[in-house]
Amino acid sequence: MKILAVCGMGIGTSVLLKSNAERAAQELGLDADVEVADIGTARGAAATADIVLTSGELAAELGDLSVPVVVIDNFVDGTEVRDKLAAAVNG
Amino acid sequence: MREPSLSQLLPVDAIVTGIQVDGWRSAIRAAGELLVATGATTADYIEQMQSAVDEYGPYIVIAPGLALAHARPSPAVLRTGLSWAGLQEPVEFGHSTNDPVRLVVGLAAVDHDGHSSALSRLARLLADPARLDRLSRSTSAEEIHTTISEYESSADE
Repeated sequence: MKILAVCGMGIGTSVLLKSNAERAAQELGLDADVEVADIGTARGAAATADIVLTSGELAAELGDLSVPVVVIDNFVDGTEVRDKLAAAVNG
Repeated sequence: MREPSLSQLLPVDAIVTGIQVDGWRSAIRAAGELLVATGATTADYIEQMQSAVDEYGPYIVIAPGLALAHARPSPAVLRTGLSWAGLQEPVEFGHSTNDPVRLVVGLAAVDHDGHSSALSRLARLLADPARLDRLSRSTSAEEIHTTISEYESSADE
């Protein structure tokens, strides 16, 4: 599966999301590639993704997507990413 | 490892504590001035970091009490670097869950992923709320830098 981490500028929160999501996927036993996109390219990149991870503000800016958008509040807390990712995968 | 270490990207000169600010703009300015003083960016980058919040909102407040001030790679970035601005009094950024902010980490990057290991390591260091609180309130740049260096040398990757 492909997980897309979306942030505003592509150097800060998306890097942290990618790191946390890769760890989370490993812990959950998911075969996942995590890619990064900034808000400008995210809608296009989301077309080939299975799950999108982002912040609350940016989720509002992204609008409706055809894939689940998981909103993360705490970008240093790997547990939050893991639990929300697990919930999204298990539907 | 070619990628610079966290303690290299965040030298002790880029750590200042007890900073008095009157709001989020001056909090970002404080972190930005440290990036300028340590040669990571030009002064233009400070405004770019403030504009990023104007444009995308306060999502740079990445955890309770912690803001990661940054802007896109630009000509204002001279080299990849980090700064640490510990605030005397916490300030509001307007974030729904993570306000108020006591620590602003400034980030400048020349590309999108050359700093990812160092930044991820800093995030894991600060993921422990008790440690984040203690370091946010620390008044010693040396203590903060030592804590980071020790954490880094004990990290398992």
